Amino acid sequence: MKVTLFATCLVDMFQSDVGKAVVEVLERLGCEIEFPESQICCGQPSYNSGYVEDTKNAMKRMITTFEDAEYVVSPSGSCAYMFHEYPHIFQGDPIWEPKAKSLAAKTYELTQFIVDVLQVEDVGAQLAGRATYHTSCHMTRLLGVKEAPMKLLKNVKGLEFSELSGKERCCGFGGTFSVKMGNISEQMVDEKVCNIEETGADIIIGADAGCLMNIGGRIDRKGKPIKVMHIAEVLNSR
Amino acid sequence: MAMKTSVEKFNDRVDKGLQDSFMRGAVSSAQERFQTRRLGAAEELGNWEEWRSHGEEIRQHVLDNLDYYLFELSENVSKRGGHVYFAQTAEEATSYIQNVVEKKNAKKIVKSKSMVTEEINLNAGLEKLGCEVIETDLGEYILQVGDHEPPSHIVVPALHKNKEQIRDVFKEKQGYKKTEKPEELALHAREKLRQEYLTADVGITGCNFAIAETGSITLVTNEGNADLVAALPKTQITVMGMERLVPTFEEMEVLVSLLTRSAVGQKLTSYITTLTGPKEGGDVDGPEEFHLVIVDNGRSDILGGEFQPILQCIRCAACVNACPVYRHVGGHSYGSIYSGPVGAVLSPLLGGYDDYKELPYASTLCGACTEACPVKIPLHELLHKHRQVIVEKEGRSPVSEKLLMKAFGLGASSPAMYKIGSKMASPVMSPFTNGNKISKGPGPLKAWTEAREFPAPNKERFRDWFKNRPKGGEQS
Ligand code: SF4
Repeated sequence: MKVTLFATCLVDMFQSDVGKAVVEVLERLGCEIEFPESQICCGQPSYNSGYVEDTKNAMKRMITTFEDAEYVVSPSGSCAYMFHEYPHIFQGDPIWEPKAKSLAAKTYELTQFIVDVLQVEDVGAQLAGRATYHTSCHMTRLLGVKEAPMKLLKNVKGLEFSELSGKERCCGFGGTFSVKMGNISEQMVDEKVCNIEETGADIIIGADAGCLMNIGGRIDRKGKPIKVMHIAEVLNSR
Repeated sequence: MAMKTSVEKFNDRVDKGLQDSFMRGAVSSAQERFQTRRLGAAEELGNWEEWRSHGEEIRQHVLDNLDYYLFELSENVSKRGGHVYFAQTAEEATSYIQNVVEKKNAKKIVKSKSMVTEEINLNAGLEKLGCEVIETDLGEYILQVGDHEPPSHIVVPALHKNKEQIRDVFKEKQGYKKTEKPEELALHAREKLRQEYLTADVGITGCNFAIAETGSITLVTNEGNADLVAALPKTQITVMGMERLVPTFEEMEVLVSLLTRSAVGQKLTSYITTLTGPKEGGDVDGPEEFHLVIVDNGRSDILGGEFQPILQCIRCAACVNACPVYRHVGGHSYGSIYSGPVGAVLSPLLGGYDDYKELPYASTLCGACTEACPVKIPLHELLHKHRQVIVEKEGRSPVSEKLLMKAFGLGASSPAMYKIGSKMASPVMSPFTNGNKISKGPGPLKAWTEAREFPAPNKERFRDWFKNRPKGGEQS
């Protein structure tokens, strides 16, 4: 199966290990991976800040980039959701709305793709440790992917789980919110990290680079011995 | 209290909120209590999503036919001998009510909870006439006794106060001597209030839903105080926002089911009161005179526009109870009697961007509000819409941000620019980099690194790794 990877700008620039893990996991599951070089960013930072018109060119570029793809897979629920927003954004545009619709229809978040399309729940991963999982807001609430990550994680050998209290509460990232309202964001991520600590877990897993950068950055600042892992890295462990 | 509750700047209000650990403790534990109860009540009802859709349909239908139902309502109120007044502005509403009160020569007025009377600053208007105005909702009463503090929550106005603080308010202002036990506090307030009902000349209530077909008013309370406010004084005035109505009893029941479950997670609140006009021949109690004041105050400007869905609101506060930002900053940070997500959407519409332009940005767009809303208002989308209006129509965003976003837009749509930007990121950031992290970031990163580390850009971008790796299969 041919999979076109939408790596996201955060992974491209800051977390290439996550990208590598995605490639390796999917290849092991028999996918052939393609990475169109012309992809940049889904446009969320400026779109979410209200600069809708200024973001349209970036979105059009992404639509064109993935025009010929069969499946578009992204290791970020939030960025995958953004592709699902495109039809809404280009509503009424005779050229771009249909194109946006077809992109949205074939775009999946990584775990959603593995569970729903590849129909695999056990990727044969192995990782010893006690972990907890943060459900990212855009992925669960907006994209509606709730079960897939847990289905996959349950089958990782050696991994024990503790439930994170307030797991559905936002970590305070919110893109530009994290700098525009830095003081509020700080309190939110701080509460998140306290909740993570309370679980006694030594690994915090998430499926969104943005949230993990936020949570991880706070864990690091507080000097807590908790490892931050993207779910792709967990699924790639053996 | 008018809608605007503070002259302080947004950032100062937020700082104050963040530093108030009492408030934050009270708010976060209340949020958890309400949330758990709400989810439980929804599950018990079953088919919650169908109920929500039904609620949404009812509200949308009413808004799409608002003139029709408002006309029907006013006809039916008049038929039963009530007076109806349409107020276009807050001032019109207040002066109409002042007139009624003056004509009745009223000295004492009891009120049940009503956000719209806060919005039009009614109490001040009545006090100016020399009237004594007494709030009978327990939360409102506490705030009133405590130097007219503004409400911090649309359903539980004194949510920001813990029981010890409430005890202190009563102690200081009324010589209260008992403990901070909620029952004792409530009993104290009730005893004080009982005398007031009996001697009040006018009762003023809000309105949860007016029923067009019968000209009735439905009030939902926990304490039964609205019953007394409406039944005992000779003159009753009900003030409602112009969108707060339903066609018939049937729709009212659906919405009340959604409201009570969403607000506090109860199947039914203790009291659902339905009033229909002044007392008639055979009635034992009820007012002799009834006035219904229907307030526009900016609502018809919202109607028919891109923000219309906010008028679906039934003021249940489920969005407030679910909001992770409200959780930390508390209601007073919003500077409006309408706080939380609903307030962040509504306040700029009713009160203007001059006072409220920051509110739409006080959200991570996490969607918890949208998910909680029993009438399916897409709150996070409306917050985003405000941002778009602020940036694109009003041109109010800061220049530095505009430049940054323009640069971002350019970088994200031009591969050449992105290539330069992303390749340069690592060397450019290297003076700030310590190992694999940045602890004191420049420019916009500063706010980030005040609270957390920022990752150093990869030396090798993912795309370079991908291009350079051996083709066709597993990496060694
Ligand atoms: S916006 Fe929805 S959730 Fe919030 S108060 Fe109104 S009805 Fe309730």
